[in-house]
Amino acid sequence: MNRPAKKRPELVCPAGTPAALRTAVEAGADAVYCGFQNATNARNFPGLNFTPDEMAGAIAHAHAAGTRVLLAVNTFPPAGKFGLWQEAVDLGAELGVDAFILADIGVADYAARVHPGIRRHLSVQAAASSPEAIRYFVEEFGIRRVVLPRILTVGEIRALADEIPCEIETFIFGNHGLMIEGRCSLTNYVTGLSTNMDGVCSPAAEVRYDTGVDGCVSTRLGPHIIDRFAPGEQAGYPTICKGRYFAPARGEAYYAFEEPVSLNLAPLLPELIAAGVDAFKIEGRQRSRAYVRAVVAAFRKAIDATLAGGRPELAELVALTEGQRQTEGAARTKRWR
Amino acid sequence: MPVRSPAARVGAVPGFVRLIPLPLFLLQPLLDRVVRRLAADLPEVFDRLGRHRTSRFVIDAREMPFVLVLRPDPDRPLFAACPRHREPEHEARVEGRFLDLLGLVDGDRDGDALFFSRDLQITGDTEAVVCLRNALDDVDGSIAERVAAMLGPPGRLALSVLRRAGTGPR
Amino acid sequence: MALALTLGPIPYHWSAEEKRDFYARIADEAPVEVVYVGEVICSKRSPFFDRELPEVIERLERAGKKVVLASLAEVILKRERAMTAALIESPDHEIEINNNAGLFHARGRQHRIGPLINVYNEHTLRFLAARGATHFTLPAELPREAVAVLAAAARDIGVGIEVQVFGRASLALSARCYHARAYGRSKDNCQFVCEEHPDGMPLKTLAGADFLVINGIQTLSAGYVSLVDRIDELRAIGVGHCRLMPQRIDMVGVAAVFAQRIGGAIGPDEAAARLLALDLPAPLANGFWHGVAGERRVAAVP
Repeated sequence: MNRPAKKRPELVCPAGTPAALRTAVEAGADAVYCGFQNATNARNFPGLNFTPDEMAGAIAHAHAAGTRVLLAVNTFPPAGKFGLWQEAVDLGAELGVDAFILADIGVADYAARVHPGIRRHLSVQAAASSPEAIRYFVEEFGIRRVVLPRILTVGEIRALADEIPCEIETFIFGNHGLMIEGRCSLTNYVTGLSTNMDGVCSPAAEVRYDTGVDGCVSTRLGPHIIDRFAPGEQAGYPTICKGRYFAPARGEAYYAFEEPVSLNLAPLLPELIAAGVDAFKIEGRQRSRAYVRAVVAAFRKAIDATLAGGRPELAELVALTEGQRQTEGAARTKRWR
Repeated sequence: MPVRSPAARVGAVPGFVRLIPLPLFLLQPLLDRVVRRLAADLPEVFDRLGRHRTSRFVIDAREMPFVLVLRPDPDRPLFAACPRHREPEHEARVEGRFLDLLGLVDGDRDGDALFFSRDLQITGDTEAVVCLRNALDDVDGSIAERVAAMLGPPGRLALSVLRRAGTGPR
Repeated sequence: MALALTLGPIPYHWSAEEKRDFYARIADEAPVEVVYVGEVICSKRSPFFDRELPEVIERLERAGKKVVLASLAEVILKRERAMTAALIESPDHEIEINNNAGLFHARGRQHRIGPLINVYNEHTLRFLAARGATHFTLPAELPREAVAVLAAAARDIGVGIEVQVFGRASLALSARCYHARAYGRSKDNCQFVCEEHPDGMPLKTLAGADFLVINGIQTLSAGYVSLVDRIDELRAIGVGHCRLMPQRIDMVGVAAVFAQRIGGAIGPDEAAARLLALDLPAPLANGFWHGVAGERRVAAVP
């Protein structure tokens, strides 16, 4: 597909609570994504997300400001519990969301059949990383936009853009998940709660921080110690994929999967826009209003500056990142793999 | 964790905190008023807390000579100041600098970021803390200002002094 | 309903010679009806066995096994896309799809769905069946209750249901090769270090507990899944096929124990005891089946 240069990409921002949503709208979000308070979305965390009433109010607020609302229904209903996901889709349609973000084939089929007039985006949880996989979802379920897995280089994204008949959304900032989303059962292996079926990753109820006599803090998930931080050492999320382990080839425990770092693709904005990216997604529905305000405002400025022909100013966002470090992850080079 | 004596901590208290030289028995009625008023004004916070409404939190602002104990139960709210050597039983404990904690309550600081930088320490029931954080974060505007307003001109003055102190070097 | 034993694809990087010997023994001695072959985890490994594969397939078929060709789990690169497309053109064999890219090519043709495709519910199952899927091996983390609903739906529309009953559970896939990372290398320059660990590279926790196993881009459970003492449940809810995942152990012995249990020659307790007597290098686990932490082993209810 031939794309005009300098089209205006959408800035898609996280909203874990109504207050975060209002903050994102005020800070310049073109669209916000959010979910209901249950397993139908991949951030089913305690105290987070929207009741139906809150969702109605949030949509009214966002629409009044010209901001779109994308509803994440992006987990995989286990057989026998499909009704909850149907309800989420139906309720979203009734409340007037602008798009569904979907992952499960059954849910996507349901949304396409019952609510054909509402846009459907393919969640990163669907793990569609090739033109064929994406075209499958476009042709079968009328997907209008794919959220790409965080595993592709800019070059690969550019090549993909030419081969697929839908919009592209890429993550630009936030938690740098190492496992392919939608294909990870690590949490379930340890806790009995499934990322795909229950929408949780390292549920807080299973996380404990123990301080030893040496001042080191051990992170425990279920029965396992998954990391230990010396006093003053930067910490990360208590997820299995950010933990330190022993392996035969390593003398000391090491980050077997990834260090605690956050994704920040701000320096690659011009390249990504040129590659044909239609929307930039900021991760972090579990984060605070303070995070949403700072990150959304910074990327609003960076995108606008890029579109005006300048280079984006490197936002001072390091303080908000995991381990206080950032990475361009897979985007710059295949060596990351 | 190295155990420091309460006296040593008090010695490290920056000047601004000494602006509230209230003995605990004078402070307590104030805290009671604050928590009851917030419970009445912000019912949505308690919905978000779910089962953690009855959890007991110890909040330890390191520079303070005492810790705060919170049970965010709208029917039986508890918000009390406790001497460090008589810390009560609790489900979860949050420890950090006073101004970081104030920033958290006010939606000015990000809890994950403070955790990553090790400025915030969490022990006990992690879910209770995450839940409380998420619930407080959904309150628009500043909870501290609500409280200050509740306490009238002295409250507002105290808050502005605290915040000015917070913008200085840390 | 009759329960059939199958052997899943070898997940690890074994040498061509080791694979050839392994399949020769399977052909001669293992009481399995279906054998899934082909490289699922890493496209870089494929060339090592491509030349041997036709002979191995022929050997297995001569022994009366049905051979199914399994597709790659991860499809990003051009060669991976081409491999997936080519596999589906295989004229003589059924194929098992393990990546959504494969679904694109397989539509309208008869095919099987592998455990690395997210089939969690009856709606997804029916949708894929309507596009030509005839047989489903379900994701390892699905609990019994969900499998029962899926099996009932499968029976209604006449497709097969297969569940992994033995071997390490696949827990996660990544674009990054963690084997290469452990040795300070990148995936493109891995020098096939994964060959050093024919049963995967163990990861221990800081407390010294056996926790996970690395196999290139794949993360597996340290424990071996075993449903050998749950065969009656599997049968009762309508599962038709039981999959054994190859490990670097006496897989013929494992298959024999399962076959005896399925045939009724031995009871569940004895079957479990005989499995353990094979001197397995890892503990047994069945937590996923019971809807609890996958690494746990839940005792059978008498």
